Amino acid sequence: MQPGVVIFAVGNRSRGDDAIGPLLLERLLPWLGAAARAHEFELIDDYQLQIEHALELRGRRLALFIDAGVDTPRPFQFYPVVAAPAAGSSSTHQLSPQGVLEVYRRIETAAAPPAFVLCVRGERFGLGEGLSDQARAHAQAAWEQLTRLCRRPDAARWRDLANTPGPGAA
Amino acid sequence: MSYQLETADNREGLRRVAIDTVSRVEGHGKVTLLLDEHNQVREVRLHIVEFRGFERFIQGRPYWEVPVMVQRLCGICPVSHHLAASKALDQVVGAAKLPPTAEKIRRLMHYGQMLQSHALHFFYLGAPDLLFGFDSDLAKRNIVGVAQAHPETARRGVLLRKFGQEVIRITAGKRVHGTGSIPGGVNKAVTREERDLLLKDIYQIVGWSRDAVHLIKELHAQNPALYNSFGICRSNMMSLVGADGDLDFYHGSLRARDSNGGILFDGVDYRGYSQYLQEEVKPWSYMKFPFFTALGKENGWYKVGPLARVQNCDRIPTPLAEIERREFADYCGGAPMHAPLAYHWTRMIEMLHAAETIKDLLHDDAILGADLAHTGARETEGVGVIEAPRGTLIHHYRVDEDDLVSMCNLIVSTTHNNQAMNEAIRHVAKRYLQGKEITEGLLNHIEVAIRCFDPCLSCATHAIGRMPLAVELIDAEGVRVHAASRDGAGAFDPAAA
Repeated sequence: MQPGVVIFAVGNRSRGDDAIGPLLLERLLPWLGAAARAHEFELIDDYQLQIEHALELRGRRLALFIDAGVDTPRPFQFYPVVAAPAAGSSSTHQLSPQGVLEVYRRIETAAAPPAFVLCVRGERFGLGEGLSDQARAHAQAAWEQLTRLCRRPDAARWRDLANTPGPGAA
Repeated sequence: MSYQLETADNREGLRRVAIDTVSRVEGHGKVTLLLDEHNQVREVRLHIVEFRGFERFIQGRPYWEVPVMVQRLCGICPVSHHLAASKALDQVVGAAKLPPTAEKIRRLMHYGQMLQSHALHFFYLGAPDLLFGFDSDLAKRNIVGVAQAHPETARRGVLLRKFGQEVIRITAGKRVHGTGSIPGGVNKAVTREERDLLLKDIYQIVGWSRDAVHLIKELHAQNPALYNSFGICRSNMMSLVGADGDLDFYHGSLRARDSNGGILFDGVDYRGYSQYLQEEVKPWSYMKFPFFTALGKENGWYKVGPLARVQNCDRIPTPLAEIERREFADYCGGAPMHAPLAYHWTRMIEMLHAAETIKDLLHDDAILGADLAHTGARETEGVGVIEAPRGTLIHHYRVDEDDLVSMCNLIVSTTHNNQAMNEAIRHVAKRYLQGKEITEGLLNHIEVAIRCFDPCLSCATHAIGRMPLAVELIDAEGVRVHAASRDGAGAFDPAAA
């Protein structure tokens, strides 16, 4: 049976703090196994969010996007996101989480599942660099938030844990 | 072939417009325009931050790690790097010839990559400009805008890309960070169940690919004056061609033609690429400018990628794509086409060829075989060349006695097109921007010309909050008199402070 929750982690492990998302996901896999909850979560690790990720939202009841952020308040932001008609990026063919949700809404003609972003502050993104010391600290704080989320994967509970309304919120 | 508008006289007295970064191409590009007091274009340059430091990233690593590590160079075409590195290292492990199963699985992986990359570019990067117009509403001119206005087109684009990704997943082991190709062969066979999974959809994929060729043909027919001239830059062309001059993305020998279609060189073993190609360094760009040694810097630059490949080959070895190639050649009237918008047409012909080739490979039981890798007498050097979605990709390695890479040289597809992209935007600037106040729509004309080449400038760093587009007008005294910006969500602010 398909897991009800999908978690996307976005980033390149060889680009310094861009690795935050994939490394959090890597750490999450055994944690879910030990908690006997692996069957509830689909974990997807990729360089960028792309159009086909919209198809991974089919049949889910909850979605989480983990990414590194450049100007994100330290150590991380956690907030709900919704599909946004103006979310198409004109800067690249990569999509924002809002864009993925909007593509899903358009091609599936259905509402996307409740979705949230865990955006962790990164500092350095050079090729071949490891995680910066600051990013390690941010990632540790984000890890604690991530495990809180995975203990109770419920949209109402996740809204309570949001520490910001998120971009575009009224 | 001209270097007009590359460097203006009296540069200090001119007004500067910078498009930083170029949108809907991967990575970071910047265009600078120098205008005089009458808004006459005096200098146009495309600057790119490309694969700087990538060679150093690879040097010192064990050679067997390289096909996996190089995928981290680029989030857009990791499979191309994976396979080009593998081909180079085949020579290092003495695999003069791969087992048929290994070569066919690699081909399947590569043609899956071509399919998904071309689908993404056409439906989601090119289509917004082509379907809505170059200076249409910016809020619509993006991926989501296509999904809103043309949901069936958008849906097919998603499913074509998804299918290509599935081919990659099955052949490489994983869709991202795959390990399927190794020096000497592959490490994973295709199972009957995996083959049947792909066979279930391939006929639909071929049909949609053919429809996509027809769509771009219709767009050309609606406005031939635009499509045949926008950004035109006459140049030489280069690509691999397979046996008998066939279009072949995976393997072959190097062929080059001049701007009239005459053969410059042919049948060249790509291991000797350095005898035919040189790279010029210019002080204003991080990206080098390759040229054919025999013709020199000024006359030796060339195009690569779909427009070069489809016109460089003698035939396409799959029937539907060959029909389309002939129709394209007829449209061009027997002379080579040099207008960049024709990249879209030829890219769709290639996507159709990729779909047909995947179908043929899925019907070939050799992909189910068990003989996956060969090795032989060790060598210390290898060159791998492949036709990546954006053009010819060259990987060259030397390996020392400790099995560590001691030398790495990469010439990536986008680098080959450097001069051609610069010439295309100079043509567009002269034609559309001369004497006019700069608007977002006019600047997008420059970006449309660049996007035709589908450049990959990245790679793969993308964190949230990055990649805005900023334009600055700076007067003759160097004072900023106007600024505008476009954020990552596509919003354009014409009066940003």
